[in-house]
Amino acid sequence: MKKVLHWAALATLTAIPTAGIARDLTVVSWGGIFQDAQRTVFFDPFKAESGLPLAEDSWDGGVGALRSKAEGGDANTWDVIEVEGDELAIGCEEGFLQVLDPAKLGGIEKYLPGTASDCGIPANIYSMVMAYDTKVFTDGPKNWADFWDLKKFPGKRAMRQGPKMNLEFALMADGVPQADVYKVLATPEGVDRAFAKLDELKPSIVWWTSGNQPMQLLGSGEVAMTTTYHTRVGNSNKTDGTQFKLTYDGSMFLVDSWVVMKDSPHLDNAYKLLEFMSRPAVQVKWPEQLGGGVGVTEAQTMLDPALAESLPSAPENVAVSLPLDVPFWIANIDALNTRFAAWSGN
Amino acid sequence: MILPVVIYLFAVFFVPIGGMLGLAVRDDELAEVMPLTVTEIAKWDGAGLPGPTAFEAVARDLTTAANARTAGTPARRLSYDDPALRGVISTTARGLKGEFAEGTDWTTRLPELDPAWGQPAVWTAIDRAAGPYSDFFVLAALDLRRDAAGSLHFAPDESRLYLDVLARTLKIAASVTAICLILALPAAYLLKSVSTGTQGLLMIVLLLPLWTSLLVRSAAWMVILQKNGIINNVLLKIGIIDAPLELVFNRTGVLIALSHILLPYAVLPVLGAMRNVSATQTLAASSLGAGPVRTFFSVYLPQIVPGISAAGLLVFILALGYYITPLLLGGPGDQLLPFYIAFNTTQTVNWGLAAALGSILLLATLLLYGVYVKLVGADRIGLG
Repeated sequence: MKKVLHWAALATLTAIPTAGIARDLTVVSWGGIFQDAQRTVFFDPFKAESGLPLAEDSWDGGVGALRSKAEGGDANTWDVIEVEGDELAIGCEEGFLQVLDPAKLGGIEKYLPGTASDCGIPANIYSMVMAYDTKVFTDGPKNWADFWDLKKFPGKRAMRQGPKMNLEFALMADGVPQADVYKVLATPEGVDRAFAKLDELKPSIVWWTSGNQPMQLLGSGEVAMTTTYHTRVGNSNKTDGTQFKLTYDGSMFLVDSWVVMKDSPHLDNAYKLLEFMSRPAVQVKWPEQLGGGVGVTEAQTMLDPALAESLPSAPENVAVSLPLDVPFWIANIDALNTRFAAWSGN
Repeated sequence: MILPVVIYLFAVFFVPIGGMLGLAVRDDELAEVMPLTVTEIAKWDGAGLPGPTAFEAVARDLTTAANARTAGTPARRLSYDDPALRGVISTTARGLKGEFAEGTDWTTRLPELDPAWGQPAVWTAIDRAAGPYSDFFVLAALDLRRDAAGSLHFAPDESRLYLDVLARTLKIAASVTAICLILALPAAYLLKSVSTGTQGLLMIVLLLPLWTSLLVRSAAWMVILQKNGIINNVLLKIGIIDAPLELVFNRTGVLIALSHILLPYAVLPVLGAMRNVSATQTLAASSLGAGPVRTFFSVYLPQIVPGISAAGLLVFILALGYYITPLLLGGPGDQLLPFYIAFNTTQTVNWGLAAALGSILLLATLLLYGVYVKLVGADRIGLG
């Protein structure tokens, strides 16, 4: 009998956390200065206007993290999340993201072409660029061939760990025209060529994993150049007084999206939040914070011209950058991840 | 009285570990979304192509999956086997447009949607992934593949990874253990020899790192070891080196930081053992004519072996599981197995492989522990 009681007590204990404790609408983003900026522009004004409580969480990406949340059922505490392109596509395909009703969000045509999809609307438009310290190189690198040129620009290079975008950069450094990068990469010879080009630089590469590392590595003089999210460069110059410079030439154009977890108990309020965040009058305040681009067409035209010019979503910057081919990466990420891990580890 | 402890151990130790071992051999993701196909494929003898009923089952399953938006799951599972198959499933699911047309000749319709259905490769992959249990993930964690005929092969060179990683993990853990033991012996001896007051102070110095966050300690080492860091600046100033040493983002950084972090675990058991050795014994040895070397090896060392064993085992097993320190201080070639477990859990979403890697690390650890106990004897491992 005593044993039974113990088991019963244990069962009750383990049952409590899932017994439907009411929680607030929760928005999840990438933390740090990025989420601080979103709080100022989006989250706080939304709370003030709607009177709804809004909780926050942060994450570092990865479809696995989303999937484990989705499989948690009632234990899932996330509702609205900012995700990258592949997480959006895979999450939508695997069915753990809510298919959105465009009518509730102003219609597809409200957004920059190609940035809104079945399960997401654009949250931030940004670029992966190369950056260097003007105190080290007065006449800095102009393109990826320069980034690979260790004679002209001695010193280490920092790049994001993993094959994504680095293979594209390697091919551009090897002389493949921007328009043909994914055509070449789609062939086994193209992948070999990209890895061979990376091989040249391999002894001089320091790999970074988190978005705040590149500016630290560049600032401490550990590396002479780095790949980085463009927003970090302006922010570092503003807050730390550095004199870093970036170039959009050959950069990768990226779109993050807002998505809603399927079976979110706060679906209606999640729509309210998305609708609020996609208003042009709200969006227009976003680039002032960190220099991220806007996904709402009308907001882009309302911006201060000088600021608009410096954004990845400015037409002249779009013209020289390469949009990330999300379907290519979804189809090839597993094989290339494994190959990259084996390549980089030896 | 011990029931709460048993329940606690059961709930937080055996259940999760059992779950991990189970996940490593469970393979039911495909069957969940494509149940009809899995039933039909079981009737296939493996020669040529399966019959029309299998084609129809695939069409039915993928129609349902496309409508429920679950086609991504079988696509992902089959892509572990061959990355090209992800595209085959996605294209077919999209091509079916969510409507199952009765009376269609699926043996010609499916290959129209994607020519891969006319080849045996996709069917054998489905057969292998039919579950509910398989050795697929465990084999993948050992860089092994099973071909259509069922015999084992090593994966092609460019995708061979995990055996190297396992060897690297054991090698780094062994190096850290050796460094820690070499440092721990004099440190423990010093701690034992000084006055009680000094000992207290030294003890705090030794234990302070244990109370500091692991992340902070790793980041601090990054600052100290980097190109323009403290060590390089001092060495450059006093003229010992001409160019900065490369101390971080490589194996050196990982070994330095891991040894520092794990040193207290080595010092304490050795200190305990040293305290148990009576000082009169070494005096007796000297008075009987043994020199300091002989006294150390014949009288002192044998008595502190249990402490050294415990220290070595503790440091070795703890080192096997480090994730954040190698991530911050090492290069891609210095990551331990836990890095790849995390990688497969959050990035590639291959939980079966992550669980298989975890299981292999667990088994390797138990095996080494077993070998060690056999060699040294369980009674020769003690915390003093």
